[in-house]
Amino acid sequence: MTQVIEVRNLHKTYGGVTAVDNVSFTVEEGEIFSIIGPNGAGKTTVIESLIGLRQPDSGSVSVLGLDPQTEARKLGNRIGTQLQEAALPERMKVWEALDLYASFYEKSVPWAPLLEKWGLAEKRNSQFGSLSGGQKQRLFISLALLNDPQIVFLDELTTGLDPQARRATWDLIRAVREQGKTVVLITHFMDEVEALADRVAVIDHGRVIALDTPDNLIANLNRETQVLFSVPNGFQAARLENVGGITAVNQYGQQITVSGNGPLLANVAAALAQHNIAPADLRVQQANLEDVFLALTGQTIRN
Amino acid sequence: MKFFLKLTYMELKLQLREPVALFFSLAFPVMVMVLFGFIFGNEAEERLGGYGQVDLSVPGYIGMVVGTIGMLSIPTTLANYRDLGILRRLRATPLGSSPVLWSQVAAQVVMTAAGIILLFIAGLAIFDLRIPNGNLAIVPAALLSAFSFFAVGFVLAGVMPSARTAQAVGMAIFYPMLFLSGAAMPRYIMPDFVQQIAGLLPLTHVVILMEDLWLKGTWNLTSVVVIAIMLILGLVISRFTFRWE
Repeated sequence: MTQVIEVRNLHKTYGGVTAVDNVSFTVEEGEIFSIIGPNGAGKTTVIESLIGLRQPDSGSVSVLGLDPQTEARKLGNRIGTQLQEAALPERMKVWEALDLYASFYEKSVPWAPLLEKWGLAEKRNSQFGSLSGGQKQRLFISLALLNDPQIVFLDELTTGLDPQARRATWDLIRAVREQGKTVVLITHFMDEVEALADRVAVIDHGRVIALDTPDNLIANLNRETQVLFSVPNGFQAARLENVGGITAVNQYGQQITVSGNGPLLANVAAALAQHNIAPADLRVQQANLEDVFLALTGQTIRN
Repeated sequence: MKFFLKLTYMELKLQLREPVALFFSLAFPVMVMVLFGFIFGNEAEERLGGYGQVDLSVPGYIGMVVGTIGMLSIPTTLANYRDLGILRRLRATPLGSSPVLWSQVAAQVVMTAAGIILLFIAGLAIFDLRIPNGNLAIVPAALLSAFSFFAVGFVLAGVMPSARTAQAVGMAIFYPMLFLSGAAMPRYIMPDFVQQIAGLLPLTHVVILMEDLWLKGTWNLTSVVVIAIMLILGLVISRFTFRWE
């Protein structure tokens, strides 16, 4: 695997406030690399340093072997970006935006097929201001792909989208990766990271506090699995306490929650079958990335 | 070069789709000309050196177009582009910053020219406008004046925290200046002390520069210097105050 991004000991402060503190990571070619973190954790500053919009105070950044500060134009021709809080003029039409932005690059792909592919063909003569949130995001992705970039940076792409549009956008991101492009995805949606990311860096207070695959991060949490179900009246949950792997059994009326490790579901189901009990609404709750995130960053609400 | 032309052309199209901006920069000066023209007529008068009221007002209306675009259009447009993140999106391309700013200048120069040409068309069509001496020299003079007011517009866009305040402050500075400078009504009808105050306003010097070229074909050097100083100050200040986000 080739490294397409290398960040070493990146530092950035704004007026005495440290936004990015000693951040290091690498991104491999062709992966979906995600950066998650609470609001104000420094995610956007990291991305902005990668695409040359911010000058780091210290540390080194190399993207496609280029220095984003001194080789901005060269790099700009080889990456695509969708930035948070960026927009187009309200009255600019969809086709005009693509036609205009295509002229900014040394090489660009024809924009008409892009419109087709991202479901905007019918909107080509619509003004930016009249597009829905999902359509705007698809237009931004199209703009980010105009120069057939090697790396695509997506900053909070799905914020403000309804659930349908979010899921549709995930498919689009997978489609981008299938074209062989590397994707760097900033988000604060955990389900998005679990669904898409090959590796994820958790950033908090400007520092990388964890970096691994989503599965490994969850596994490292060592959180117990829980099996939840309802049973007919009269069943005593205490009868399950000898089942292998169980650490706790709680009963609230007909609702039973069994916590433990190992093949918990199979063990519980077998024990219930032994007692001739058919459990209703049986489900398993496992740790997810959100638990990892809360465990790492704490549960206090921040601005 | 292609990207610069596209950017400028796009900016012009966007300006033309903005009815309010269009009204103030293109229609309003013509409306003022037509209104005063119907009130005072454009008969040649001895006391006016053989010219009519409209003939003499054209230099002022040119100042009105230049001032409107420099102090209202440019600050509002740029601050709006900054507030909405439009400049931020443009910066994330290999384009660099200067084409973005220069295309704004180029588009607004075209708008200024269009505003002035509309004045001439309306003047000729409705009032049989008489065109006195030195008429071609008003082109470089109008350009100098435009650049100078555009630079002030860039300063306003950079210093003001939002598009709304940029627009409000632009209006608060521009409208008193408009009426005192002789751009909208002749200075000679004003009391002496008002004329003295007016003499300190940059827009007055645009009007004086235009009037002298229009009527006598001479360059008023004081006015040229005042306008040039404002241009240089505007460029220097905007260099340090302009913000992309």
